Amino acid sequence: MSVFLQQLINGFFIGSVYGLFAIGYTLVFGVLDILNLAHAAIFTLGGLSALWLTTTAGLPGWIAFPLATLFSGVLGLLLYRVAFAPLRRRADSNLSGLISSIAMAIVFESCALGIFGARTVRFPEGMFQNRVYHFQSITITSLQLEIVAVALGLMIVLSALLKYSRTGKAIRAVAESENTARLLGINVEWIVSQTFFVSSALGGAAGILYGLYFDALAPDMGRSIELKGLAVIILGGMGSIPGAILGGIAFGLSEVLTVELTGMSNLRDAVAFTVLLLILILKPSGLLGRGRARQA
Amino acid sequence: MLSAQELKVAYGPVVAVKEVSFHVPAGSIVSLIGPNGAGKSSVLNGLSGLAPLSSGTILFKGKDISRMRAHLRVSEGIALVPEGRRVLAGMSVRENLELGGYRRPAKEVNRDISKMEEYFPVLGKRSKAAAGSLSGGEQQMLAIARGLMARPGLLLLDEPSLGLAPLVVRFIFEFIQRLRDDGQTILLVEQNAGEALEISDYAYVMETGRIVLEGRSQDLRSDPAIARAYLGLP
Repeated sequence: MSVFLQQLINGFFIGSVYGLFAIGYTLVFGVLDILNLAHAAIFTLGGLSALWLTTTAGLPGWIAFPLATLFSGVLGLLLYRVAFAPLRRRADSNLSGLISSIAMAIVFESCALGIFGARTVRFPEGMFQNRVYHFQSITITSLQLEIVAVALGLMIVLSALLKYSRTGKAIRAVAESENTARLLGINVEWIVSQTFFVSSALGGAAGILYGLYFDALAPDMGRSIELKGLAVIILGGMGSIPGAILGGIAFGLSEVLTVELTGMSNLRDAVAFTVLLLILILKPSGLLGRGRARQA
Repeated sequence: MLSAQELKVAYGPVVAVKEVSFHVPAGSIVSLIGPNGAGKSSVLNGLSGLAPLSSGTILFKGKDISRMRAHLRVSEGIALVPEGRRVLAGMSVRENLELGGYRRPAKEVNRDISKMEEYFPVLGKRSKAAAGSLSGGEQQMLAIARGLMARPGLLLLDEPSLGLAPLVVRFIFEFIQRLRDDGQTILLVEQNAGEALEISDYAYVMETGRIVLEGRSQDLRSDPAIARAYLGLP
């Protein structure tokens, strides 16, 4: 029983990182109806740039991690300018943007490979005072708690900004209808750029937390989360922020439960995606999907 | 207030508006009437910046805004209440009003929202409801109120009577007249030519992308050709 509980907790922790990755993914989709397939590459570069800042530049974590997060946001702006903005006037911009974002993902990953090499690397030891807490037979580390607190905190901040801030409302207006937003005096291009910045910053932050959680960073670490992130936002309902958070945690839990119940860790992905299929059969718009029709 | 010279609006190869010129003097209601597909909405899209002009000039308060981007024209003082209302259905009534005043200081926006809720009490009552849950007439009121939130020098209204019950249409047109009496300049596009000529000061008649007739609204109302073609009279 206690092993089971321990697994649930682990699933919740990793699920919160999936959720953080997925809200950035789903934010861009909600606003532009475009899947940004370079999101995972920015996730990777976020983690690796944090590593570079802590090791090569020798900065302490509390400076390095926010800096790496901002850097990821800037990469997002670059990504938007290069891969999406020039195609926006085309009628097939959803599809062409999808393709050009794959191209940018390859460019980003190659840069990561060139700069950091193909090896798996880790944050320097002793960077954190990692206390270990025992509650009866359950073990939780302070690092895990910090990761989940940061992930949930960022998700709450984003949700609050979208709900209450002027820019957040403008983002939601653009998501509903670009033309209506223009008529209200909203600079759509600027709002879309900001959306990419925020989305990518969150993706980069997820990369840092992921690297900390597994104590491993590699240029191909985005691969493992790319499909999961997509599954999470489909599970939660495309474009839904609370759905992505919920979907991330549900996905994390279903992964660890699979391992726990079957005893086979190689079934992990198979069962997680089966759960996705089942939910889509029962509720095609996802857990919190709106199933809305989009206006011109 | 507004002077449009030889506007041409085209969507790809399709020319919707062919060199149309008109004026909207300050403090008046000018209406643009004509059958479906005449290009009336395209004129408004050209004025608001949603559709780029192929050629022509728009002078607003003496300033050339022909090439200005849509969101900046709102700052200049042009607000369009689009055809089909286009409220932000998933957002609350209040949020729709707030976004109407997007380019204005928050303090003024709050004061103006109270004013809109006086004009249309239903908007105050349903302030937290999703705009998409309002009835068609209520959505039209919201769309007009949202347009007014920008404190526009010129309010563009595209088919405000479309799909509404006669009583609601009456109410909306009376409200538009009241706005004019308070000094608001309005360009009104309507298929409902009878009502439009009733409340406007001057009118232009469009057909297949051109202005074919213009005059004081009361003169056009008594014009037998207009009566036959647009008012459904014998």
